[in-house]
Amino acid sequence: MRCLPSFTVTTLVLAVTTVAMAQGAKYGLGRAPTAEEVHTWDISIGPAGKELPPGSGTAKKGADIFAQKCVTCHGPNGEGNKVIGAPRLIGGTEANVGNYWPFATTIFDWINRAMPRLEGGSLKPDEVYSLTAFLLYRSNIIQESTVIDAQSLPKIQMPNRNGFIPSPWPVYPYARPRPFGLYP
Amino acid sequence: MSSKRSDRRRFLKNGVALAGLAAGAMRSANGKALETSFDNYGKVDLPYGDRSHFDHTARMVEKEYGAGMSPSLVTPIQDLVGIITPGPLHYVQNHGYAPPDVDPDKHRLLIHGLVDRPLVFTLDELHRLPSVSRIHFLECGGNSNPKTKHTAKTVQETHGRTSCSEWTGVLMSVLLGESGVQKEASWIVVESADRVYTKSIPLAKATDDVLLAYGQNGEPVRPENGYPLKMVVPGWEGMANVKYVRRIKVVDGPYMDRWETTVQPSPRPDGKSRWFQFEQGAISVVTRPSGGHQLAGPGFYEITGLAWSGAGTIRRVEVSTDGGQSYKDAQLQEPVLRKAHTRFRFNWKWDGEEAVLQSRCTDDQGTVQPTMAEVAKVWNVSLEYFRVKDKGENMAAKHFNAIWPWKVTKDGSVHNALFT
Repeated sequence: MRCLPSFTVTTLVLAVTTVAMAQGAKYGLGRAPTAEEVHTWDISIGPAGKELPPGSGTAKKGADIFAQKCVTCHGPNGEGNKVIGAPRLIGGTEANVGNYWPFATTIFDWINRAMPRLEGGSLKPDEVYSLTAFLLYRSNIIQESTVIDAQSLPKIQMPNRNGFIPSPWPVYPYARPRPFGLYP
Repeated sequence: MSSKRSDRRRFLKNGVALAGLAAGAMRSANGKALETSFDNYGKVDLPYGDRSHFDHTARMVEKEYGAGMSPSLVTPIQDLVGIITPGPLHYVQNHGYAPPDVDPDKHRLLIHGLVDRPLVFTLDELHRLPSVSRIHFLECGGNSNPKTKHTAKTVQETHGRTSCSEWTGVLMSVLLGESGVQKEASWIVVESADRVYTKSIPLAKATDDVLLAYGQNGEPVRPENGYPLKMVVPGWEGMANVKYVRRIKVVDGPYMDRWETTVQPSPRPDGKSRWFQFEQGAISVVTRPSGGHQLAGPGFYEITGLAWSGAGTIRRVEVSTDGGQSYKDAQLQEPVLRKAHTRFRFNWKWDGEEAVLQSRCTDDQGTVQPTMAEVAKVWNVSLEYFRVKDKGENMAAKHFNAIWPWKVTKDGSVHNALFT
């Protein structure tokens, strides 16, 4: 090997590296998505809010949208409708956005992916931001004038943020043995 | 060809033998008529076979979610034998959302996020990848919830939110290996094709034994169970097993979806909630005789039931016929598989006196199924706590895996006896 010219060694190393990278995918099936495809498909909003789209909204605008698109199921005051399975959104003693939901980003994610029922994805980002602001305002978490957008939403401290155990969340695999009946 | 011919010969022979008999009835040696009807003779050549029209075993609507919504259905485990749940009898809990009508030719699976190579797969491509078949149970975290079930009549209502199937598909570790997971990744978020559901799973679990199944008991996954692609998360609560999977995003922490932060947590008496509960505890239940059954009279009965544990393999099942004062080992049906239903059997001669039947299992982690009193002690609640119903969907006694007794009264009727 010592008598080989150095450029040959370099070429060999490069060739081996290239093969190794190509072999990263062992079976070579599937295709690379376009950036546009990933952008369209990726509707998950994590608690850091990294995926939140451009746009903004306020409780005032949200109230109008709520009156148009949400009251049929959730009622004029967000009191819900047990008969059709629409949960209470505002007030009352049962778990709702204001007293139970630990992350404000989850409100955006859920409205955007699932509301109105069977029409998930039909609302524009500004509308989702406004409905989120409306629910936060009516739950006494923000002011009526607060503008909700990609920067402000993840910073909102929800009242029940520390209402969950363990905090923040368990690791896997578990340490063994765990006592029966105690989860996690 | 020759086997076809011999089949035909056998058929003809039988035909000749039958020809001498009165139509619709066959005479046995002692001359008594056997009630055998041939009315359905020749009607079994169906493209997709049906069961006998005498068999009425069925799922039961456990909860309605309103007009146009999908009800939750529970498996008739009192009628099942062995360990496999037939697809049409698998329990269903869609929280009201009806299964979407997914065209398998148009369906795509996207893997993206913290990966070196985002990838899109067709179902044909997934079928080309190395596959595995694994027998695993699924169980809703709310199965055998005493708060809602202590007055239920049958084991279908108390424990019917569990089923066990052979799942065939591609290991998540294979798919993630194809995309190349980056160093900072620690969780995955998996999404259903109808947009409404996602679930965060730690990467260590995802690459341990999770699979993306396209097969259920030898045929495609049933629509209500996740056609065409279902994530099977062995041993973890039902809600981890995302249906109609269309997207896997590799991320650096749980994504705090609406379901995992507001529906799945169990509120505790102190106002806090347990969340990300994941694993199902060691549990067993006598399925026959059980609530609603009627014993014919004193004499021999086989007691049978199911045991399973999200932590691993069932090692032992004991049966008591005196309400837990004494236990004896039951027989386990081989093969005993990890994170799968395990069938147990116990010979019993009923003397006609009152009896209380119950079972207790032990898994390979040494976990012994607790009594309700033991669960109460660990949760630091009174027994009365398990009788009180909760409001709304946030059920406080999820992951309740206590021993469940059935009382046999002198008249042979069998009753739910959790609180008697």
